Amino acid sequence: MWQQQKFDIIVVGGGPAGATFAQRTASKGLSVLLLDKKKRIGTPVRCGEAVAAEDFHALHKPQKNWIRTNINTFCLIPPNGDAVTIDLKQTGYILNRSIFDNDLVKFAEQAGATVVTNAYVNAVTIEDDFVTGVKGIWNDEPFSVQSKLVIGADGVEGRIGRFAGIKSQFSLKDLIAGYEITASNVDIDKNTCYFYVSNKVAPGGYVWVFPRSSAEANIGIGISGKKYEEGNSAKVRLDSFSRKNFPGYKEEAVTMGGIILAKPLKKIVTNGLLLIGDAARTVDPVSGGGIIWGMKSAVYAADVSIDLLKNGKEPSEANLLDYQEMWMKNEGKQVKRLYRFKDAIYNLNDDQLNNIARKINKLPAHKKTLFNVFRITFQNKPALLLDIAKQFVGI
Amino acid sequence: MIVIDKEECDYCGTCVAICPENCIDLLEQEIDIDYDLCTECKLCIYVCPIEVISDVAAAEV
Ligand SMILES: Cc1cc2nc3c(=O)[nH]c(=O)nc-3n(C[C@H](O)[C@H](O)[C@H](O)COP(=O)(O)OP(=O)(O)OC[C@H]3O[C@@H](n4cnc5c(N)ncnc54)[C@H](O)[C@@H]3O)c2cc1C
Repeated sequence: MWQQQKFDIIVVGGGPAGATFAQRTASKGLSVLLLDKKKRIGTPVRCGEAVAAEDFHALHKPQKNWIRTNINTFCLIPPNGDAVTIDLKQTGYILNRSIFDNDLVKFAEQAGATVVTNAYVNAVTIEDDFVTGVKGIWNDEPFSVQSKLVIGADGVEGRIGRFAGIKSQFSLKDLIAGYEITASNVDIDKNTCYFYVSNKVAPGGYVWVFPRSSAEANIGIGISGKKYEEGNSAKVRLDSFSRKNFPGYKEEAVTMGGIILAKPLKKIVTNGLLLIGDAARTVDPVSGGGIIWGMKSAVYAADVSIDLLKNGKEPSEANLLDYQEMWMKNEGKQVKRLYRFKDAIYNLNDDQLNNIARKINKLPAHKKTLFNVFRITFQNKPALLLDIAKQFVGI
Repeated sequence: MIVIDKEECDYCGTCVAICPENCIDLLEQEIDIDYDLCTECKLCIYVCPIEVISDVAAAEV
C-alpha cells in the first residue's frame, strides 16, 4: 500500500506541471507518489487550451489527439469593433486538455510513478523545520504519507505551499475570475485566436474566442477581482457578450476558474518542499497562459531534485535554491518584466484601445506584427518600450 | 457570515486561491469554510466567477 511506503518524492497535483515533474523524476528511478484530488485526471478542464507550438515541442512530442486546431492568426478586437488581424510567426495549438492531462499522468505512471486519485491533501507534516510528508483524505479515510521531498503542484489554489509557510497572498488585481463556455453554432476562422479588449466588456481582463473548429469555440472572459460589481459576474458578462457577438450560439459546456496575472513568487522553495506551475505563479501575467511555463518550471525542478536525491544530498532550502535561481534566471525574469506591461495594458481606457487599433491598421501588412502592437501600445512610455524591445526582438 | 451556495457552486477554487486565511477546504464536490479562521474579508465574494458566495447576516443563517 502506498500509505505505508516512504517515497523519495510526493507530488501534490496532477496537472501539466505535476505530471511532467513526476514523469521526469520517476524515469530516473526515484520513487514518486502523485496525488490528485480529482477522481478522473483531465476532468473538468478549466482552461482555454491555447499554447505556443514551438515551446510545446520543446517539452512534449505532441500526439495527434491532443490538438484540436492549429493557430496562425491573432485577431485583436478593440471596443469599437475595428479588428486588427496579424499573422503569427510563432504558431500555436488549441489543445484537447482532457486527453492531454490524462496522457501526461499516464506517462508518469508508465515511468514508474504511483498515481493516486481522489486523494485530497489538507496538511503537510513538518518535523525539525523540514517538510516530511503530507496528510489528507483518500476515499473518505484519512491518510498520512512520508517523503524526502514534497512538490506543491496544486495549481491556482496553492494551499500546499501555504501549509508549509510560504507566503503567497494574491492581491485582488492579480487574480482574475475566469468563466468560459464551449459554444457551437458559431462562425469563426478555425486558425485564428480572437481577443476582445474593452473596459465595458471585460474590465481588468479580456474576452477570448479560441476555435475548436470552424463552428465550435472556447469563449471565455477574465475580469479582475478588483473590478467586482455586484450582479455583474464574469458569467453575466460573458453571457451578454456571447448573445451580442454570436447570436444563435449554443452552449455545450461551462467551466471556470482563477487566472493568475501576477508577479512570480519570490520564494518557491523551503526545507523539503518546492512549488511548480500555477502554485509558483509561473504564468504569463499579460495573457494568463500557464501551461507551457508551468511545465518548464517542472523541468528545472526535476533536474535539481534528481541531482540532489540521486546523490544523497539533503533537499534543504539552501540546496533547492538552485531550482529557484534557475527558474528566475531563465524564465521568471521574463514574467517579472511582462508584469510591468500588464499594469500599463490593463489600465488603457477604451479610447486609447481604439486608437492603438487604428494605428496598427494603418501599417502596411508586413509591418503588422505583435511587436508593433506592443510598440504602438507603449509609444508614450519610453522606459517600457525599451524593455519590450529586449523582450520581443525576433517577433 | 460568508456563505457559499453549494447547489450552484462549480468547485473551481478561485475563492480558495484568494483566501488570506487559507481557510476554505475544497474537495472535488465539497466546499467548506472554516469559520474559526474566516475574517469575513469578502475577497472570495469579489473573485467568484458566478457570484455564488455572499455575506449574510448571522440572523438569516
Ligand atoms: C478559464 C481559464 C482559461 C485558461 N486558459 C489558458 C490557455 O488558453 N492557455 C494557457 O496556457 N493557460 C490557460 N489557463 C491557465 C492554465 O490552465 C494553468 O496555468 C495550468 O493549468 C497550470 O497547470 P498546473 O499543473 O500548475 O495546475 P493545474 O492544471 O491547475 O493542476 C493542479 C492539480 O492539482 C490538484 N489539486 C489542487 N489542490 C489539491 C489538493 N489540496 N490535494 C490534491 N490535489 C490537489 C487539482 O485537482 C489539479 O488537478 C487558463 C486558466 C483558466 C482558469
